[in-house]
Amino acid sequence: MSENAEHTSHSQGFYIAIGIGLLVGTATTVGAAFVNLGPFNPIIALLIATIKATLVVLFFMHVKGASEKLTGAVVVSGFFFLAILLTLSLADYLTRSWR
Amino acid sequence: MASIGIPANQAPKTNYLNNGHSLKSWLLTTDHKRIALLYLISVTVFFFLGGFFAMLIRLELLTPQGDLMQADTYNKVFTMHGMIMVFFFLIPVVPAVLGNFLVPLMIGAKDLAFPRINLLSWYLYITAGVLFLHCMLTGGVDTGWTFYTPYSTAGSNTNVVEAGISVFIAGFSSIFTGLNFIVTIHRMRAPGLTWDRLPLFIWANYATSLIMILGTPVIAITVVLVAVERLFHLGIFDPRLGGDPLLFQHLFWFYSHPAVYIMILPSMGVVSELVACFARKRIFGYKFVALSSIAIAVFGFLVWAHHMFVAGISLYAAMIFSFLSFSVGVPSAVKVFNWTATLYKGSISYATPMLYAFGFIGLFTIGGLTGLMLATIGIDVHVTDTYFVVAHFHYVMVGGVLMGYLGGLHFWWPKISGRMYPEGWAKLSALLVFVGFNLTFFPQFILGYVGMPRRYWQYPPEFQVLNVLSTAGASVLAVGYLLPMIYLFWSLRYGPIADANPWNAAGLEWKTTSPPPTFNFDETPVVTWEAYNYDEIPQKELEAPVAR
Repeated sequence: MSENAEHTSHSQGFYIAIGIGLLVGTATTVGAAFVNLGPFNPIIALLIATIKATLVVLFFMHVKGASEKLTGAVVVSGFFFLAILLTLSLADYLTRSWR
Repeated sequence: MASIGIPANQAPKTNYLNNGHSLKSWLLTTDHKRIALLYLISVTVFFFLGGFFAMLIRLELLTPQGDLMQADTYNKVFTMHGMIMVFFFLIPVVPAVLGNFLVPLMIGAKDLAFPRINLLSWYLYITAGVLFLHCMLTGGVDTGWTFYTPYSTAGSNTNVVEAGISVFIAGFSSIFTGLNFIVTIHRMRAPGLTWDRLPLFIWANYATSLIMILGTPVIAITVVLVAVERLFHLGIFDPRLGGDPLLFQHLFWFYSHPAVYIMILPSMGVVSELVACFARKRIFGYKFVALSSIAIAVFGFLVWAHHMFVAGISLYAAMIFSFLSFSVGVPSAVKVFNWTATLYKGSISYATPMLYAFGFIGLFTIGGLTGLMLATIGIDVHVTDTYFVVAHFHYVMVGGVLMGYLGGLHFWWPKISGRMYPEGWAKLSALLVFVGFNLTFFPQFILGYVGMPRRYWQYPPEFQVLNVLSTAGASVLAVGYLLPMIYLFWSLRYGPIADANPWNAAGLEWKTTSPPPTFNFDETPVVTWEAYNYDEIPQKELEAPVAR
């Protein structure tokens, strides 16, 4: 079993930079919550959260640069199941007012 | 393929059991077999604790009036029973005990891919268990195992957050087990052991692991959201704060319905092994049975809102979920029909594990068919939150899961312990479990259908006869569960010594000694045969082991 060959490795400094980026994202989320932007408050919070999650998946989980198709399959299946959760839940929320 | 029968007297003197006797050698072990035994002891403790609460429930319901405890206490008792049985017994029992022990052995590997994560998984389980025990001893929790909001966030004054944290931690224990199984099955199969040669127990645990990894994070974050709303009053589920209580139910059941398949799929894998061995035949429709495990895992994620038909979801969503719920019946029926077809013209022997397999097929069929009734909106509206539902899920989760587990535990006990169990006592206990189970839960179908609601500690006097039958059945069931604990423990010292393959079974786990050496195989096996090649294995008369 090959243990180390599948993903691109980065320097320690690179990962520290990503970690700092995540902390900045958290601070920005907290800061944005104190500014009244109306309906844009949750949109901004979700946008920052999505960017942070993408950074974690790409770099900390070594998906970027992964050579194996299996890695891609795992990522796609994760999003597929998230899509099931959202789609079928919305099938309830969006049709409650139907008569 | 030659059948390898390693006589007991040729077994090596060092095996995983005697390779270190200190407490440290057990508590810091990374051997998957020892970790399986640590899990065996732990889940057994929780099983009897959960069983104790079940007996309190049945004793209270022996009479129509509430005379053994107050309503508040009863709420806590059924909550403790549910949480312990679901999160600390049924979910981990087959994967963490039998799966941990057998997955590497069945695929010809020396251990799981991440042995230290495997040990960490057990420590997380124990941490969660200790936390839950603390929660229990300091007042308990009364929300039901389902944590339904807004009661759990705004109504209950019991230890909801602590119980939630323990469920959160136990969830990570199962994620680690699932992760380990997936990587091990992908990466560490013996040469020649292709996917279409894998034992069906492996397929079942693989499918289970997918659910563990994809579903468990959702319940983890859901209980965190409950805690956040309860502690900081953020409006997530409480409508007074701008939240939506049905959002909780969507998130909760997105995991907790597939969790039923986390429980039942590994037991289905066990039953496939038992039916093939004791009918001396290759499983009929091997590929369909294997792929039906994956199909159940996938379809199981599409059906959750059938728990919410009366909760206020839209009629259109209810119709979609009703239709999708029926789809799970297809792969489940594929398994049941294929097990039955395997029996056809088989050379069937009625050893204890096979009795449990028969019990599983019968009880799971009743549980599954009543599940289809509950997937039908019209019937579900009538029997929601009645004892009909309680009977249905006990037929699946106890009649199914426990029958499979006990069958598997007896089947692989010679491999685990190196000793045979007393067959006569074991058959008696299998009979008691089957009779006791049906006596306990079949009356509950009738009770529910005629209108007795679940989670009440009092009921109208006309329901008493059926409740007395149910409590009497629970007593028989308790004896049926206590017996194996006694005679299996007894067999560790006094049971006849088992040879490597006492059942003359197929499968790599039977080609190493009983008990196996620490690294399972002296040489990595090379597989050149199909799974369940019983037509190539010389038949030998299965002798009923005689207890000394």
